[in-house]
Amino acid sequence: MRALPIQPASASTADAVEAGGPGGGQQRSAPVVVPLRHWGRWIAAALVLVVAGALVSAFATNPDIDWSAVPRYLFSGSILRGLWHTLLLALLAQGVGIALGVLLAAMRLSENPVTRSVSWLYIWLFRGTPLLVQLIFWFNLGLVFHTISLSVPFTGLTLFSESTNTLITPFAAALLGLALNEGAYMAEIVRGGLLGVERGQTEAAYALGMTPGLTLRRIVLPQAIRIIIPPTGNEFINMLKTTSLASVIAYDDLLNGAKNIYNQNLQTFELLIVASIWYLVATSILTIGQFYLERHYARGSSAALAPSLVEVWKRSLTLRRMVKA
Amino acid sequence: MSDPLVVAEGVEKLFGPQIVLKGVSLTVAPREVVCIIGPSGSGKSTFLRCINHLERIDAGTLEVDGELVGYRRAGDRLHELRPHEVASRRAKIGMVFQRFNLFPHLTVAENVVEAPCRVLKRPKREVVAEAETLLERVGLAAKRDAYPASLSGGQQQRVAIARALAMRPRLMLFDEPTSALDPELVGEVLQVMRGLAEDGMTMIVVTHEMGFAREVADRVCFMDDGCVVEEGPPRQVLGDPRHPRTAAFLSKVL
Ligand SMILES: Nc1ncnc2c1ncn2[C@@H]1O[C@H](COP(=O)(O)OP(=O)(O)O)[C@@H](O)[C@H]1O
Ligand SMILES: [Mg+2]
Repeated sequence: MRALPIQPASASTADAVEAGGPGGGQQRSAPVVVPLRHWGRWIAAALVLVVAGALVSAFATNPDIDWSAVPRYLFSGSILRGLWHTLLLALLAQGVGIALGVLLAAMRLSENPVTRSVSWLYIWLFRGTPLLVQLIFWFNLGLVFHTISLSVPFTGLTLFSESTNTLITPFAAALLGLALNEGAYMAEIVRGGLLGVERGQTEAAYALGMTPGLTLRRIVLPQAIRIIIPPTGNEFINMLKTTSLASVIAYDDLLNGAKNIYNQNLQTFELLIVASIWYLVATSILTIGQFYLERHYARGSSAALAPSLVEVWKRSLTLRRMVKA
Repeated sequence: MSDPLVVAEGVEKLFGPQIVLKGVSLTVAPREVVCIIGPSGSGKSTFLRCINHLERIDAGTLEVDGELVGYRRAGDRLHELRPHEVASRRAKIGMVFQRFNLFPHLTVAENVVEAPCRVLKRPKREVVAEAETLLERVGLAAKRDAYPASLSGGQQQRVAIARALAMRPRLMLFDEPTSALDPELVGEVLQVMRGLAEDGMTMIVVTHEMGFAREVADRVCFMDDGCVVEEGPPRQVLGDPRHPRTAAFLSKVL
C-alpha cells in the first residue's frame, strides 16, 4: 500500500531537517521512518542478472548462429504470409470455440436431460483425445467419406455435393480441429463462469418476470464474463501457439513459413528464432489487450479501478518499495 | 370486499424427504398488509417463494389474482405452465430479498429500468421518467448513475424496492428485507415500506421487526415448523397470543 500515515523519510525531508528551517528547532520534528531494506531481493536480482547474462552471451557469441539472418528474414514474404495465416486461424478458431463453448455450457446447465447429455458427451470426446490426432483425423476425412452432400430426405433431391478432398483443405481441417476442440475447453470455462454468478441474481431476474433466456443474456452472462475473460485470454494465447500444430497437416502457417525457408538454406535455428519473435510479439499484444478488457469488465465491482498497465509494470519491477516524497 | 388476491389452501412443499410446508392456508385481500413471523427454518421464505413460482408446490392449491400458481386451468384439466408463461405471471408480483440481489453490473437507474423495458416492452423514455420518480420516492434520485457496490445496504434495499415497483406489481413480497442491514439502516427501509402500505399496496412481509408488524400490518401470521400456528390482528397475536408456541417465540424476540 502506498498511503502511509506519517511523512516518510525521503532524501528531501531529511535534508530539510538538517538545514533547520526558520523556527524548525523549536518544533519537535516528526520521527524519521526507515523503510525495511530487502537485502535478499538485491542478492536474488544480482544472481538472476549473472545467469541471464551468461545465457545471452552463450547465444550471442555462438559462431554457429548467423544473427544477421534474423532481421533479414523477419519481414520476408513467406514469414509474413505465415504470420497472417496463423493469426487468421487462431482468431477464427477461438471465435468459433467461444461461441460453441457458450452454447455447450448453456446446454450443460439446462434442465433438458437430452441437451445436458449431448454437451457432456461432446466435452468428453473432444477433451479426451489429443488435438494432434483430431487434426490429422479431419485432414484425412476424405479417406472414408469420399463426398459430402446435403440432400432432402425421402425426395432424392440433392442441394449440395462436393468431394471431401476439395472441401477439407488444410485450412478447413485445421479450423475444424482447433475450433471443435476449443469448444470443449471453452464450455468448461463458460460453465465455471455461469456457476460463479450468485444464484440470487437469477432469482431476482426471475422475480422481475424475466424469462430464463433473457436472464442468461442480460443478467448472468454479463457478470460471468468477468470470471470468463482471464482464462479465455489464456486460451487465446495458447491457441495462437497451438496453431503451429497445423503445420503438420500442411497448413501454411508461421512455423511452416519458417520451415519452408530453412529446408532450403539450412539456417534452422535462425528461422526458429524469427518465428519465435513473431509468436512473442503476437502473444504480448494479446496480453495487453486482455489487461484492458479485464479492466473494462471490472466496472461495477467493489474493487477500485485497476491502475494502468504501465503503472502495474512499474510496481512489479521496483525492488524497493517506492514511497511518495 | 373484493376478491382476495392470494388464496393458499393446504399448501405443502417437500425438499427430498423433508416436509417444509405442511398445509399452509392463508388468504390476503387487496390492499392488505400481512406480516409473517416465526422462527428460522419454519418455512416462511419457502412459502413466499411458492407464491412467486420460484418453488413448485407438492400439494394443495395456491391462487394469485384468480390464477393458479404454476398451472393454467382449461376445463377440468390443469396444464403446467411454460417458462415464458410462468415469467409473465411473476411479472405481476414484486419481490424484495434479504440480500437485495441488485444487478451489480448495472447502475441504479439501469437496475430499475431493465425489466419494464425488456419484459413489459414499455417505451424506454416513459420507463426512465417513471424510474426517476420511483428513485425520488425512495430518496435515491441522486444515486441514479452509481453502481450498487458503492451504496450502503439500506440504499441498496431501497433501490431493490424501486426496481420491484417499476414493474407496477399487484402484490409485493418482502423476505426479511431488513435482516441483512446494520441496525441504523433498518429505519430508512421500513419507512419506504410504510409509505407503500399507506398507498394501498398489497404486501406480504416476512420480518423480525415486531414494531413494524404492530404498526403497519393488518394481520400478523405466526408460522412454525411448516404450519400457520396462529393469525389475527397484530394487537392480538403480538400482545395476547392464544397459542403457547407463539408466546414462546415472542418471549424470545421481544
Ligand atoms: N432449496 C432447498 N433445498 C432443500 N432444503 C431447503 C431449501 N430451501 C429451504 N430448505 C429447507 O426448508 C426449511 C425452511 O426454510 P425457509 O423457508 O428458508 O425457512 P425460513 O425462511 O422460515 O427461515 C429449512 O429447514 C431449510 O433447510
Ligand atoms: Mg427465510
